[in-house]
Amino acid sequence: MIWFVAKRLLAAVPTLVAVLTVVFIIVRIVPGDPALVILGDQATAEATEALRARLGTDRPMLVQYWSFVTNALTGDFGSSLVTGRPIIEEVGAVLPHTIDLTLASMVLGVVVGVPVGIWAALRRNGAVDIAARLLSLLGLSFPVFVSGIYLLLLFGLHWRLFPVIGNADLSDFGDRLHKVVLPAVALGLTMAAYITRVTRSAMLHSLGEDYIRTARAKGVPWRRVVWVHGLRNASLPVVTVVGLYVGILIGNSVLTEIVFNRPGLGKIIVGALNQRDYTMLQGLMVIYCFLIVVVNLVTDLLYGVMDPRVKQA
Amino acid sequence: MSAVVEAPPSPRVPARRKVLAKARSNPTTLAGAIICLLILAAAILAPWIAPHDPAEQDIMSRLAPPGGAYPLGTDQFGRDILSRLLWGARISLTVSLGAIALACVIGGAIGMVSGYIGGRFDLFVMQVMDVLLSFPSLILGLIVVALLGPDLANLVVAIALTAIAPFARIARAPTLALKERAFVEAGRALGFSHLRIVFRHILPNILPEVMVMASLWMATAVRVEASLSFIGLGVKPPTPTWGGMTRDGFENILDSPWLAVFPGLAILLLVLGLNLVGDGLRDATDPKLRNE
Amino acid sequence: MSEPLLSVQGLRKHFVQRKGFPRPRTIVVRAVEDVSFTIAPGEAFGLVGESGCGKSTAARALLRLIEPDAGQVTYRGQDVLAARGAELKALRRKMQIVFQDPYSSLDPRQTIGSALMEPMRVHGIATGREARARAAALLEEVGLPAAALDRLPHEFSGGQRQRIGVARALTLEPELIVADEPVSALDVSVQAQVLLVLKQLRARRGLSFLFVSHDLSVVRWFCDRVAVMYLGRIVEEGPAGRVLADPLHPYAKMLRDASPVPDPTRRGVLPRIVGEIPSAANPPPGCPFHPRCPQAMDVCSKVAPRWTVASGGGGVACHLHG
Repeated sequence: MIWFVAKRLLAAVPTLVAVLTVVFIIVRIVPGDPALVILGDQATAEATEALRARLGTDRPMLVQYWSFVTNALTGDFGSSLVTGRPIIEEVGAVLPHTIDLTLASMVLGVVVGVPVGIWAALRRNGAVDIAARLLSLLGLSFPVFVSGIYLLLLFGLHWRLFPVIGNADLSDFGDRLHKVVLPAVALGLTMAAYITRVTRSAMLHSLGEDYIRTARAKGVPWRRVVWVHGLRNASLPVVTVVGLYVGILIGNSVLTEIVFNRPGLGKIIVGALNQRDYTMLQGLMVIYCFLIVVVNLVTDLLYGVMDPRVKQA
Repeated sequence: MSAVVEAPPSPRVPARRKVLAKARSNPTTLAGAIICLLILAAAILAPWIAPHDPAEQDIMSRLAPPGGAYPLGTDQFGRDILSRLLWGARISLTVSLGAIALACVIGGAIGMVSGYIGGRFDLFVMQVMDVLLSFPSLILGLIVVALLGPDLANLVVAIALTAIAPFARIARAPTLALKERAFVEAGRALGFSHLRIVFRHILPNILPEVMVMASLWMATAVRVEASLSFIGLGVKPPTPTWGGMTRDGFENILDSPWLAVFPGLAILLLVLGLNLVGDGLRDATDPKLRNE
Repeated sequence: MSEPLLSVQGLRKHFVQRKGFPRPRTIVVRAVEDVSFTIAPGEAFGLVGESGCGKSTAARALLRLIEPDAGQVTYRGQDVLAARGAELKALRRKMQIVFQDPYSSLDPRQTIGSALMEPMRVHGIATGREARARAAALLEEVGLPAAALDRLPHEFSGGQRQRIGVARALTLEPELIVADEPVSALDVSVQAQVLLVLKQLRARRGLSFLFVSHDLSVVRWFCDRVAVMYLGRIVEEGPAGRVLADPLHPYAKMLRDASPVPDPTRRGVLPRIVGEIPSAANPPPGCPFHPRCPQAMDVCSKVAPRWTVASGGGGVACHLHG
């Protein structure tokens, strides 16, 4: 088990370096000198020089690359061009809002998706199954900003059940909860739809296996067969898929934050886009990718804990 | 000892006609196909069926509610929403079709060649694909468009970039299995070049899987394009895009909610249609996955 | 004996695997250790042995379908292993292969006609109508109607597919056919058909065969000469009648005794084959057969036996006959 964990941890380092390399290349593919792009054509030579020095783009490419990678691996993602504050601080200030949102939507997705998926699998080709399949496909088809706007129109503006502006007071749990409901539903909708489908398919697969037949044959009650034997084996693909879904979740959270005007990483990234804050964009991209790599690692390890076969491999 | 038994017949690949017939017999798939075809028709026929010029501004009836001369109302510049929706279908379809075609060709070729060559090369290529996969696709698209500048071609490239890795993976897996089959070895024994083996013998065998994947990813591409336009990184105004229209409507949501509702609905319908078709095709090509 | 068609000297193929973490070990599987034989024009040469003894690997290595590590293969005096590009392509016309599994040896999405005409086109033998006529003639030669040209492989039975595989091997008009367990995957009832087709082709076209099989009765019926392989080496070789009826090597004897004999009066007590075939990743020292050999002596576990010429042609590698 220790070797298993060590191996996975070790394998994550090259991935991180590779991610950093790709980010470095992408940012540098921009045609033209970033300093000129930021300042415009009318900038004085001194101002451009100064900005180049601040950006570090006056140094040789390899030196830039090396310091970028080593800094990032030690947790230094650079500073914002606009505010001058370290990116990690800017991100840290709003991170709780984004975490509230994503966690709430994930909980929603699992709480709705898993039972519905199981229910649909047990009633294969019945009314529940067909409804679950169509509704989940509908849920998957909603771009999150569309579902967000529709929810906002109905529950925020028409019935006025939930606040329209999502800037919650972090010290007030009730306020946080109240303001996260609507955005979390918008964001959790696709997640729930996705988990429903995966759970259903994994359950069907698992219920078709020989060990299920064996368990039934030896007289294990059906309820126990489903919950113990079926679900335990179906949970592996579900965990994997939830891990893979984080990439989509991150993108969707940006849109949700825009629609519900919530502070968070999404608003930072849009702000950085509008203000051409290149260091901020670069830093955010790195942070996002690190997040995904870490989630993949956790899924992988979780998989190892849940499935004893993986460890031996 | 290798036993003297009849080898199990290889899983039959259903003929193309059968797949289409199977997909057609499914009412939901049929519904999806009809939605897609209607939107395609709208995009092609937009110049003839749109009641107004999508850029024409009627100063006297800005933010007009649905009804009358403007069936779906007008926006803040007095432009006809219905006409703009019809024209907007062109952007959605062009960008997503272009992006998926690009991703399909590049990703498919990468996956096939990598799987066929195998060994360390394959390991390296797949590592690179994994790295690409660890970028959240919307963020990657967003940053690439922001860096390259928002125009049609760059949108296509950005969205294609997010889909290359999945296509490489979907093409590689069956290639790995196929290259172990004796007909590939037979091709080599008959003096065929590797290129011929890959493109004449492996490609036709993985094509169904790649095409199903493409139809499913079309839906994603439409969503990503709409999302980028919504953020303001789509094809530049005044060209109408569904995402951009949703954004304009969202800014006027308090007075004229329909402005955001209709383009949002258009996006939803197209994505749903594509998903229904993709799902139906997947069920039809793989009997084992049926209803799973 | 005239100049051989094919001559194989000291062929070797090892597969290297690296396994384990954090201390990877290198495992070398010695699939083919040292194989030498010759095939005369028009001759059918059998290669027999248990599965895993390396006979298929040897067949593939001499065709360059996998690259051998060492050895020499000459075809009519031409160095096969050194051939590149056009030279190798020309050699491929002369040597063809028929595979064991008729289900995977045909491209499932290619019609039979296309599969037969493609090699002709690639090698510039025939195109268009002429290629189609040739393909139809080939099908007829293996006993299938010309109507099969427009069908897909899944419409045929295993035996029919195998005959299509034979027809495809003939498209390039080869002189030598490597038949790798050509009937092992077929029902016994269809084996005879395919074997008959092969034998007729051999007579009509004067083909040479390298016939790889684990089935001694099939080899006895089809081949002139035969070599017995064990753990990557040839342990005995000679005329098929002599080697299969009256073998010198204890392993060949064991194989003979294990194969069913149709005459009950000649059926003796079946001596069970002792033990498992050792792993080719870790072959025993000395004679590779000594751990299973009923007649093993002290010397067998220390010294590898030399090749001894047997009376009546061929030879054996065994200390009993050294």
